[in-house]
Amino acid sequence: MKYAFELKNVKKHYGKVKALDGVTLKAEQGKIFGMLGPNGAGKSTIVKVLSTLIEPTSGIAKVAGIDTVKDSTGVRNTIGLAGQFAAVDEFLTGRENIQMVGQLYGLKRKVAKQRAEEILEKLSLTDAADRQVKTYSGGMRRRLDLGASLVGNPKILFLDEPTTGLDPRTRKELWDIIRDLANEGTSILLTTQYLDEADELADKIAVIDYGKLIAEGTSEQLKKKLGGDMVEFELKNKADYINALEAVSKFCNQNRQADENDLIIKIPVKNSAEDLLTVTKMIDEAGIKPTNISLHKPTLDDVFLALTGKKASNEEAKKPKRGKKL
Amino acid sequence: MNRAFNDLRDGLIITKRNVMRYVRLPQLIIFSSIQPIMFLTLFNFVFGGALGASAGEKYINYLLPGIMVQTILFGALQTGVGLSRDLNAGIIDRFRSLPMSRSAVLTGRTTADLVRNTITALILLATGFAYGFRFQNGALDAFLMITLIVAFGYAFSWVAAFVGLAVKDEETAQLAGFLFIFPLTFASATFVPTSTMPSWLQTFANNQPVTFAVTAARHFALGTPSDGAEWKLVAWIIGLLILFIPLSVFIYKRRV
Repeated sequence: MKYAFELKNVKKHYGKVKALDGVTLKAEQGKIFGMLGPNGAGKSTIVKVLSTLIEPTSGIAKVAGIDTVKDSTGVRNTIGLAGQFAAVDEFLTGRENIQMVGQLYGLKRKVAKQRAEEILEKLSLTDAADRQVKTYSGGMRRRLDLGASLVGNPKILFLDEPTTGLDPRTRKELWDIIRDLANEGTSILLTTQYLDEADELADKIAVIDYGKLIAEGTSEQLKKKLGGDMVEFELKNKADYINALEAVSKFCNQNRQADENDLIIKIPVKNSAEDLLTVTKMIDEAGIKPTNISLHKPTLDDVFLALTGKKASNEEAKKPKRGKKL
Repeated sequence: MNRAFNDLRDGLIITKRNVMRYVRLPQLIIFSSIQPIMFLTLFNFVFGGALGASAGEKYINYLLPGIMVQTILFGALQTGVGLSRDLNAGIIDRFRSLPMSRSAVLTGRTTADLVRNTITALILLATGFAYGFRFQNGALDAFLMITLIVAFGYAFSWVAAFVGLAVKDEETAQLAGFLFIFPLTFASATFVPTSTMPSWLQTFANNQPVTFAVTAARHFALGTPSDGAEWKLVAWIIGLLILFIPLSVFIYKRRV
């Protein structure tokens, strides 16, 4: 079977910096392949290698079975690229932008015109089609950028952080469009820093960090690596917390996560409903009244934390609190 | 044949895209004309009285061809600025991911700048006429003057394209351009004859392309002796194009 794209031990070094440090992966056709990782992890570098913008230092990259170095034009004919910068021309209208890209794909003027019409319709940009792009909102630009990547009827679409910086409603709109494209048979590589986005859209997810592939699988598989669901207890005070830890120790001592400051105990469970009852009963019998009990399905955030030892969300690591009470 | 056709076709598509920017934002051309008009006005009325004597001409006649060459060179710098702007906006990444001609982004940019530069040159010429400038040698020579100057600007656009792609950011592209344009235009026959300069500077001033361009322009505008400057200029134009077109396309295509 021919893969939508594949990387074989691909490395990209800039001097001593290893942007990609030997990545191997394969993506099936007609699926959404999510690539997850913090800023600077190497996601964009992978997109650039696959879309022929850069050549790998070593290793092989293929798109639709075509080598990106040996036949870059062949690759360019089969792909569409939409980036995080919304690469459209400010001074052209939406229609002119799409038409121009269509013509650059080699379409005849008339065909490009018609194609632009279809795409604007599909992305609900018909009303704004004759306005200059500089008057567009952020979400409209992203849609137009995505539209420009569709003119050539690409078999494989590379979307490099297509929703970064968009408001939640606009993100959801873009998600719908991306899902529609996949349903029509387009293979999609989607890079994102957002776990919910990968969770929501991707059939398969690769987690990238420091230029390396650190995990791969479906969202479910990645979550299972954490051992399934967790029961979470929130306690009232330190005394309850210590007693509760003692009470559940018979159930499981090894994989539980306990946070003394937040007074939270998380216990991994195999058989969720049954085990929930069992541990709750243990707590109850010890005479402890938790402030909250919940069954917690692991998120990709948990996966990321478990795999890399840091949060996936790109916020600055929380600064140590000053003026700590003694 | 097919490839040449595609280069041309894609080049025209990109030219149109770049020209549209000036159509939609005509202020860009108006403001880029204000600076040279100011130069022309200041030099003519402030220095004209003093400098005119050494020029041996009505100073506006001497000055205008010089200022036109300078203006065109500064205009050519915009090629580098425009390219680095497109690089940073990400639109060049889009173009590079398309199955289009590898030279079109550059030919499209330099050609659009040629159009803009020609318009600026004509605006400047009209201002010169208002200040009393007159061609002394008839229409054909006037046409040759404008063509040569604009062609020189086109060749410099390719130098600027190379610089813009190499330095990658707009401000550096602008500054790097100024660094070589300023000495070239001032240490030349642009504003005054080179004969009053110290001999070491004369050696440089008499043998650099801006002096050739200015001398050739004056030759066609006024009928002054050129000493073959127009041919030296043509040689420079061809030389710059032969060197910088492949260099720029190479650096554009480089996939690192």
